[in-house]
Amino acid sequence: MKLRIERAAAPLWMRPLIPILAVITTFILTAALVVMAKANPLEAYYHFLIAPLSSRVSAIEVLVKSTPLLLTGVAVTFAFSAGYFNIGAEGQLYAGAIAAAWLGVVLESLSPLIAIPVMLIGGFVAGMVWALTPALLKVKVAVDEVVTTLLLNSVILFIVSYLLNGPWRDPVSGWPQSPEISASATFFKLLPRARLHLGFIIGLLTIIALWFVFSRTTFGLKMRATGLGKEAARFAGINVNRTIILAALISGGIAGLAGVGEVAGIHFHLIDAISPGYGYTGIIIAMLGGLNPIGVGIAALFIGLLTTGAQSVSRALGVPAYLGDVVQASLLLVTLGAFVLQNYRIHWISGKALSPPTTGGFSERETKSGT
Amino acid sequence: MDDFIIGLVAATLRVATPLLLATLGELYAERAGILNLGIEGTMFVGAFVGFVVADKTFSLGVGLAAAIIAGVLSGMLMALLSVWLGVSQHVSGLGITLLLTGLSLFGFRLVYGEPRIPPAIQPFERLSPAGQVPVLGAILDQYALTYIALALVPVVWLMMYRSNIGLQIRAVGENPEAADAAGVNVFRIRFLALSIAGGLMAAGGAFLSLAQLGSFTYGIIAGRGWVCIALVIFGNWHPVKVLWGALLFGGVFALQLRLQVSGLDLPYETFLALPYLVTILALAVAGRNATYPGALLKPYKRE
Repeated sequence: MKLRIERAAAPLWMRPLIPILAVITTFILTAALVVMAKANPLEAYYHFLIAPLSSRVSAIEVLVKSTPLLLTGVAVTFAFSAGYFNIGAEGQLYAGAIAAAWLGVVLESLSPLIAIPVMLIGGFVAGMVWALTPALLKVKVAVDEVVTTLLLNSVILFIVSYLLNGPWRDPVSGWPQSPEISASATFFKLLPRARLHLGFIIGLLTIIALWFVFSRTTFGLKMRATGLGKEAARFAGINVNRTIILAALISGGIAGLAGVGEVAGIHFHLIDAISPGYGYTGIIIAMLGGLNPIGVGIAALFIGLLTTGAQSVSRALGVPAYLGDVVQASLLLVTLGAFVLQNYRIHWISGKALSPPTTGGFSERETKSGT
Repeated sequence: MDDFIIGLVAATLRVATPLLLATLGELYAERAGILNLGIEGTMFVGAFVGFVVADKTFSLGVGLAAAIIAGVLSGMLMALLSVWLGVSQHVSGLGITLLLTGLSLFGFRLVYGEPRIPPAIQPFERLSPAGQVPVLGAILDQYALTYIALALVPVVWLMMYRSNIGLQIRAVGENPEAADAAGVNVFRIRFLALSIAGGLMAAGGAFLSLAQLGSFTYGIIAGRGWVCIALVIFGNWHPVKVLWGALLFGGVFALQLRLQVSGLDLPYETFLALPYLVTILALAVAGRNATYPGALLKPYKRE
């Protein structure tokens, strides 16, 4: 018996099954951790996937958790589609949150009809500003954007810490949080007795905007051409640098909106823990969604479910909620692997039958019908 | 004033140690053509595994060894994804950082619960080869790992430029097709380079928990891995230049710690952010002259 690996695309009926297989594989891999925490994996899966949907309150909570994820997922998708690796959505989210916390206090006397749009624009601009330096360094001096965006994520946390321990420290409570934003700047609720807010609608709108830009505008075409290959795009007459900067700025702006939503819809203050890594989770979502608008939407909702589920597992079974982070990251890696492996098939060949001299190990061979 | 400078030099060497170890690791990976963004998570897992094993076995040496093993395994996972499966290096590296960070935090909660005061161990003793000699005594009062990290610079240089395996690592990072044609197993060499890289990164993380701090906190790495990625570029993928980069960054970091208590009328966060801003500035200056390994970020496929 020999194992031969051939390149051959998975049949069409299997494609929708691949994400499901990835989820199952991830849960099998992470079961060991559940056992280490002295809990039953099957019970843990129940709390991960089913329990959050079994009551109105927690089902809405899934949407609440999905709100910033929709926005950071779309933000990352914009940048990655143009081949610009913006890992700075986390920092840009904080930039938007800072702007919202400031405007939310300053705009006290205005009507919500003016205050809320101004907050959204302010947060978008703040995210763009924070995204600008890495984008300029990328196109002007060819400095890798991955490094600069990551470093700036650390820098903005120091700015937040400065604001909260210094000028913005809450004068009433003395806690390291900014003064509460005014009622006119608060996002309205979508449902009674739940904290689902306007931000969720904005998240859905950005998904539609993403779809529109990708499929109905020349800019979307330029972005994706740049993402597929800068040289070819340049040859086709696309202003690659301009496209990259625009994609980076839009990405930063949308990430900034996520920060506005968390301040104006959930916390009503700026706090240093306003994001438990939503910016990084946005990368997971963009990749799970295959940089496709509908895929990104589904991925954001699913990760929202897993995040809510992780808290449920933690409450019910005493398993540390960090299990949720591990599951998300594993799911990303397993899915990445599955996307590659779906292009291969494994054949068992008996020793005598058709055995060309093998080069051993992992050799790839194009099947005749393959390409 | 002299005391100030002596203290600064000694602190620079101390702060530079984890950076130097992890940057030399990243150098191996990138010279072989793989950008390993798993570095931040690998340092984190090194700090965690080193701490928890040292705490439970009462042996710092065993803790360090366990950290290095965890790092090598992390490097192998990166190799599985980026070398054999050919997944995007950016995404697989970040995914590994997220995974290892999550795993470490999960493990920490499992072992220690939610303690009010972070658990602590008795860290490594410092060596004082120069004893009480003025100036030198204070500067050379360093952990063994600092000396090891410094000694690794010529070792890495020799291996990279004077050994067959180093030639193969550089070849698969520069032109894997040609290396393959010359009979080098590209996959195996990249696997090896990533394994070494992971071990060094984890050792850098373990230095923080086992020597410098003697404890493990959630913010123990705090972006140091990303600084190391920048240092590799700044050092133009050369072990000796990387050493200067690590010392420069270590110097800025040690200086900001002293400026914080110097009574300058600036918020202390300004000083904390300074090393990161200096790194970005250094990249902007050095960026133009950076000559990236030819095959960096390009997965190799045999056709």
